Amino acid sequence: MALQSLDIARSSATTTPPPSVRQTTEVAKLIDVSTCIGCKACQAACMEWNDIREEIGTCSGVYDNPTNLTENSWTVMRFAEVEEAGKLEWLIRKDGCMHCADPGCLKACPAPGAILQYANGIVDFQEEYCIGCGYCVTGCPFNIPRISQKDGKAYKCTLCSDRVAVGQAPACIKSCPTGALQFGSKEQMRDYAEHRVVDLKERGFKEAGIYDPQGVGGTHVMYVLHHADRPQLYNGLPADPGISPLVHLWKGFAKPLATVAMAAVALGSLYHYVTKGPNEVSKELEDELEKEDAL
Amino acid sequence: MIRNPKDLVRYTPEERANHWLGGICFILLALSGLAFFHPAFWPLTQLFGGGVWARILHPFIGLVMALSFLSLFLRFRALNAMTPVDKEWLSRMREMVDGNDHNMPEQGKYNGGQKMMFWAIAVCLLLLVVSGILLWRAYFTFPVELVRLGAVIHAFCAVVMICTIMVHVYAAIWVKGTMRAMWHGTVTRAWAKQHHRVWYRQVTGK
Repeated sequence: MALQSLDIARSSATTTPPPSVRQTTEVAKLIDVSTCIGCKACQAACMEWNDIREEIGTCSGVYDNPTNLTENSWTVMRFAEVEEAGKLEWLIRKDGCMHCADPGCLKACPAPGAILQYANGIVDFQEEYCIGCGYCVTGCPFNIPRISQKDGKAYKCTLCSDRVAVGQAPACIKSCPTGALQFGSKEQMRDYAEHRVVDLKERGFKEAGIYDPQGVGGTHVMYVLHHADRPQLYNGLPADPGISPLVHLWKGFAKPLATVAMAAVALGSLYHYVTKGPNEVSKELEDELEKEDAL
Repeated sequence: MIRNPKDLVRYTPEERANHWLGGICFILLALSGLAFFHPAFWPLTQLFGGGVWARILHPFIGLVMALSFLSLFLRFRALNAMTPVDKEWLSRMREMVDGNDHNMPEQGKYNGGQKMMFWAIAVCLLLLVVSGILLWRAYFTFPVELVRLGAVIHAFCAVVMICTIMVHVYAAIWVKGTMRAMWHGTVTRAWAKQHHRVWYRQVTGK
């Protein structure tokens, strides 16, 4: 969003520094899975604030509705039924963009300025610059961005960058009836989460912990999990997410190296021409054939 | 007006049209593809009407190129089969590059270098088409790990392809009297005798 245009930490496909004179506090959303009741108020608030509507779907037999993230649903509740120590546990996770400190989407994006990361940590798509190639989907370790069938642009949670820019908490936070969603500075959120983890441990969840994966440099959406040792239980939350080595290879050092290689072939050819000269048809052969013709 | 009626026909109009269809496709693909490869090349998207158009057009041009090369491949495949003479030619390529080509082994319609190029392009294009389909998000959805692998293969093959074609174009510029074979179809007898003596004997019966 233009309102934050002086505090851009990173801009996709841009090799010079983006406007970054303004420094802002790193923010984070904390999702305390242990106090979430799966009411989906956050889903409704997200659509409300961003003014987008999901198509009316059909019941798929479980509570998940819609069943996946879409260009219109930037956050969805994922319900998992897990048996732990002979007891059924209903694990409910609010899924959406994690706003990675090291965003794979931004690394993969070829369109200058189509993905921005602000100094406050929010990773935001600028759809007007999006070309719809889907490289962000390829780069994302969490399978978050969705390409719209309607306009071919990529969409995902903005962490309500427009609200945050004017000192407001994201819409989902405001709607949460249990306080499972919290928003503040990343530091505050970590403190709050640690306090929650202590509480959960006292209640018998020995492996309770914070999900702030370091493989992507930490995230600006964090979870408090009762089973932090097995994040996969929560509908496949990756245990150790990171930008794929293939994406690193593709978008990392190979690019400048290949560019130099191509330039070397072009310049090498020119050098060869000016040093060795053209390969002409020999005069001798031409004369020889002319003589034959004259006979 | 034909300068010399004794010039030798090297390519038929169909072969030339086929070659240039592929050539035009290659140029468009390289320009649009490079734009996505590195930000330094991003301005090239303007040639296609912007980033979105470049993204939309690139895969379709790729399909045209694949089909046009397939046709070229079927035409010239047999002529590009590697022989022991080609291996000898390749092992002595240094002399050729230095400009002393009069001692090089006698060549048929294509020399070892040209054949290597033909097969390199064929392999690259095959890989580019397969990996390109993996990346074509507008119409296909594949498992993300496969798409990531596809992206690496696509970029790698594209760079090899661009370098190979640059050498291909340069060789045609460097060896005088070559371009006309692909422009209007003929070469002089002296050219043929110097660079492709076996082929010269075949077509002239001398």
